[in-house]
Amino acid sequence: MSEPAKRFDRARIEKGISTGFAVAIFFFLLAPLAVIIPLSFNAEPYFTFTSKMLTLDPDGFSLRWYRDIAENPQWFQAIGNSLLIAISSTFLATVLGTLAAIGLARSNMPFRDFFMAILISPLVVPIVIAAGGMYFFYSSIGLAQTHLGIILAHTTLGVPFVVITMTATLSGFDRNLIKAASSLGADPITAFFRVTLPLVAPGMISGALFAFAASFDEVVTVLFLGGPDQRTIPRQMWSGIREQISPTILAVATLLIVFSSLLLLAVEMLRRWHTPPSASGR
Amino acid sequence: MGRTTTIIIAAAAAVVILAGVLLFMLGRGSETAVNDLDKEMSDMALPSTDAAAPGAAPAGTLAGRSLVVVSWGGAYTKSQIEAYHKPFEAKTGVKINSVDYTGGIAEIKVQVEAKNVNWDVVDLEIADAQRACDEGLLEKFDAGILPPAPDGTPAVQDFVPNGITPCAVTSIIFSHIVAYDSTKFGTNPPKTLADFFNVKDFPGKRGLRKTNPKINLELALRADGVPGDQVYQVLSTKEGVDRAFKKLDSIKNNVIWWEPGSQPPQLLADGQVTMTTAFNGRIFDAQVTEGKPFVIIWDGQLQELDVLAIVKGTKNLDAATQFIAFATDTQRLADQAKWIAYGPARRSSLPLVGKHAIKGVEMGPHMPNAPQNSANALQIDFLWWADHQEELNQRWSAWLAK
Amino acid sequence: MGTAVAVDGFQLAEQFKRSGKRARRGTFLLVLPLLAFLTVSFILPIASMLNRSVEDGTVSQILPRTAAALRAWNGKGRPPFSAYSALADDLVQAQLQDSIGKVATRMNFERAGMRSLLIKTARVAQTFEPPYAQAFNAVDLQWSDPEVWGTLRHASALHTAGYYAAAVDETRKADGTWIEKPEDEQVYIMLFQRTLWIATVVTLLCFLLGYPLAYYIAHQSERTRNLLLILVLLPFWTSLLVRTTSWIVLLQTNGLVNDGIALIGGEGARLELIHNMTGTLIAMTHVLLPFMILPTYSVMLSVPPQLTRAAVSLGATPWTAFWRVYFPMTLPGAAAGGLLVFILALGYYITPALVGGRTGQMISNMIEFHMKTSLNWGLAAALGGILLGGVVVLYIAYARLIGLNRLRLG
Repeated sequence: MSEPAKRFDRARIEKGISTGFAVAIFFFLLAPLAVIIPLSFNAEPYFTFTSKMLTLDPDGFSLRWYRDIAENPQWFQAIGNSLLIAISSTFLATVLGTLAAIGLARSNMPFRDFFMAILISPLVVPIVIAAGGMYFFYSSIGLAQTHLGIILAHTTLGVPFVVITMTATLSGFDRNLIKAASSLGADPITAFFRVTLPLVAPGMISGALFAFAASFDEVVTVLFLGGPDQRTIPRQMWSGIREQISPTILAVATLLIVFSSLLLLAVEMLRRWHTPPSASGR
Repeated sequence: MGRTTTIIIAAAAAVVILAGVLLFMLGRGSETAVNDLDKEMSDMALPSTDAAAPGAAPAGTLAGRSLVVVSWGGAYTKSQIEAYHKPFEAKTGVKINSVDYTGGIAEIKVQVEAKNVNWDVVDLEIADAQRACDEGLLEKFDAGILPPAPDGTPAVQDFVPNGITPCAVTSIIFSHIVAYDSTKFGTNPPKTLADFFNVKDFPGKRGLRKTNPKINLELALRADGVPGDQVYQVLSTKEGVDRAFKKLDSIKNNVIWWEPGSQPPQLLADGQVTMTTAFNGRIFDAQVTEGKPFVIIWDGQLQELDVLAIVKGTKNLDAATQFIAFATDTQRLADQAKWIAYGPARRSSLPLVGKHAIKGVEMGPHMPNAPQNSANALQIDFLWWADHQEELNQRWSAWLAK
Repeated sequence: MGTAVAVDGFQLAEQFKRSGKRARRGTFLLVLPLLAFLTVSFILPIASMLNRSVEDGTVSQILPRTAAALRAWNGKGRPPFSAYSALADDLVQAQLQDSIGKVATRMNFERAGMRSLLIKTARVAQTFEPPYAQAFNAVDLQWSDPEVWGTLRHASALHTAGYYAAAVDETRKADGTWIEKPEDEQVYIMLFQRTLWIATVVTLLCFLLGYPLAYYIAHQSERTRNLLLILVLLPFWTSLLVRTTSWIVLLQTNGLVNDGIALIGGEGARLELIHNMTGTLIAMTHVLLPFMILPTYSVMLSVPPQLTRAAVSLGATPWTAFWRVYFPMTLPGAAAGGLLVFILALGYYITPALVGGRTGQMISNMIEFHMKTSLNWGLAAALGGILLGGVVVLYIAYARLIGLNRLRLG
């Protein structure tokens, strides 16, 4: 009768091991993010926890690095540039990507796989090749060192996210609904705005958020195409990391972590919204 | 639930957009304000976008024009803004937009080949200027318009040797030196370049410039005992190059590689290295403005010239030419030396060099071309490098990658 | 989308066909704007850049007479006399038009030392008088070397394979045979190998960490599952530069990890974890891990739990049940993730540039170097062409084997 008990023990040990392993991997995934946040409140310009911080002495903490950001016009300009570029390129990518995804989702699309592969390719083409090509080409048409040039580059890089998310959403979309709408007398445009759009909106918004995040984090095309007037947050961080990681960079990083957490939560909420809880597979 | 979420997201998006526009305008606004008030004394040079020419009635035909002047940023650009840009703006009414870059001629080449030139004047290392000139990327410069020294010496004789080339005019002499953190070596500090390669007696990591073989090869040979006047002769042979690389091999695993000029003082300050090569001005800045315990080994310093040149095809050729002539006159070059420890390229400027504009330190002893510093100096031979750069770059990047 | 109004059978069929065509055209019109946009913003720029790897008209434009004269020569023995006089004329012209530096730099990419040779010769070319061969040799004896002329001949063709050859550490002799470059100039094959190696190791690491984690998450209750997934997605959404910053902070010599090591093993035990290959591997694995976890996880969810239970009830040990039943069923997910990780890793640039130091650099970093620093754009394009070729092959494999509609983000 010791058999079940033994198996029980073994199961517990196995569970313990697998949990331990999972915790270790989560630690690897999250520790880098978790460490940066408290260090950004360090009163000293060091990257380790001072004894004052470890004893939770309020003197060990300070907002000085955040004040640094607030007082530095370069960071302000970078935030403005980043938002301007990300919002514009997200808008373009979403409009173009959604249209294309609607086309791709139709059964009568010729060479569907081929076009799909082309439209997603900016995701996998090595960024240096893409940025290098744009560098020469955009320079020759006067788009280098302009906001527009970077917006176009970021639109290109954001398009695959919209296309992927939208085709996934549309593949679950019942086209009979449109037929029903038109048989009830709705013209195609009305049908689009009253039936299609509300149903695919969550997918569209999450695609847009992905494109936004991609642009907001992009640095290579900015390095190639951007002049001093196009400095974005990642561009500022890039030179900060290469020259000197100041605690100010940690403060910016913390703000970005908060920001990306909000984006992630938004996407997750959208997912819950458009997939019923029972069909939780992705 | 659905509707509420939509509203929340729409509201969030609206807030983000509004905040973005607001921040963007705010960023612009504060930047202008800083330039107008000219209170920005930080190390970061701001592009002076909207700053109007201060006071003084604009003179001549250039008033209202604008120039894009490209330079290395940081304390160096700051010194140029103070010594060249502001007085030039006041005198001519030309508005100068200062732009930072990290050196090299890629940007210039792309602009010229694309026939879309938006830089006017560029501050270049002389070897790069030579190459750009050979490739037809720079406007030819008529040295005849350079003003003579106050005592009447013609410009050609007033400038340092090789200071005026067909496309460029030298503004400063800077120096590649070895610097160390004096707190790390106690009573037996390093004194020579050979000590830089002696990791046993002078422990710790070394900093070297990663960008190209220039400087590093000369440094290795000089540390290996090659006299200054024979360095390029030796480097012209395969054996000489091998010798230099072999010397570098001896510390290869103890090196931290730097790229931007702001990095070496930082590496020293963070204790990542105990000794590093650096631009002398950057170390001066750390010593004087930040009070760091850094020491420069002047012995065996490698002197190089930095020039101003005009990008081929600029739409502002007159203004750019006049700017260079103005910026490299005796007084301007002397003024610049008040802000940074780089030597003026005109002999007549040296006696006018005074004290640091903010810290009041006597600048003379910190100049690379001060007699006590330049006893064992080597002038980097930019013509030699123009010829050998390509093959040695190839070997350098192969050596680095292995 | 039209509702066809029937008239009679034949007409109806015709109309269907026509409306089918029209609908197809309408469908295509939806994709067209994006396709046109990508063509201009992305495909054309890359194509025109890659064109630089095979087409270079510098020499044939600046030294046209020489190019013509050398075309008649087969590269064996001495070059024809006409080539000497043609080059003398061309050099005089090039000197006058200030284009000599351009062609000299271009030739120096092909053969070290050509730059100074051409510039030096051009400076005195207008004083040359026949016999030209002697005049050239009087300036520099290198002109008596047929290899020099051979290099000129190869470079004077409008289309060249030279850049691709250089990208695999080869160079060409005057008679057209390919030989390896001197050993101390060979670097690109090694870099391609290193890039492949890094991508492989990162993919393996991602699999070793990602598969068990995906398994763990997939076998939790739905609530926990969703929570854990968010924890996986959080680093995925966090800026790459933020994550790189944290790795530098953690791993540098005086960073937290090394402080911990020093606490245990003493000051001497500090390890070099960043600015080398180790740094690149750690940071890249961290960045790419979610790309492995997500597809693996979603396949795991689709495996009915009854299957392994059935295997066990039929007498299989849990390990056999896992290995023989569960693992093969989830392998497609892991393969999808692994292939994607591998493809993305091949083209990595930012992470190696920031934390790779000297030994952790990949081929992308070299491409950037030739684009922005050495200005050897032809070579940059050739290296890029090879890299892109590899990526495209893998991408097609991905599309064929796994299907692009399986690409999911988060």
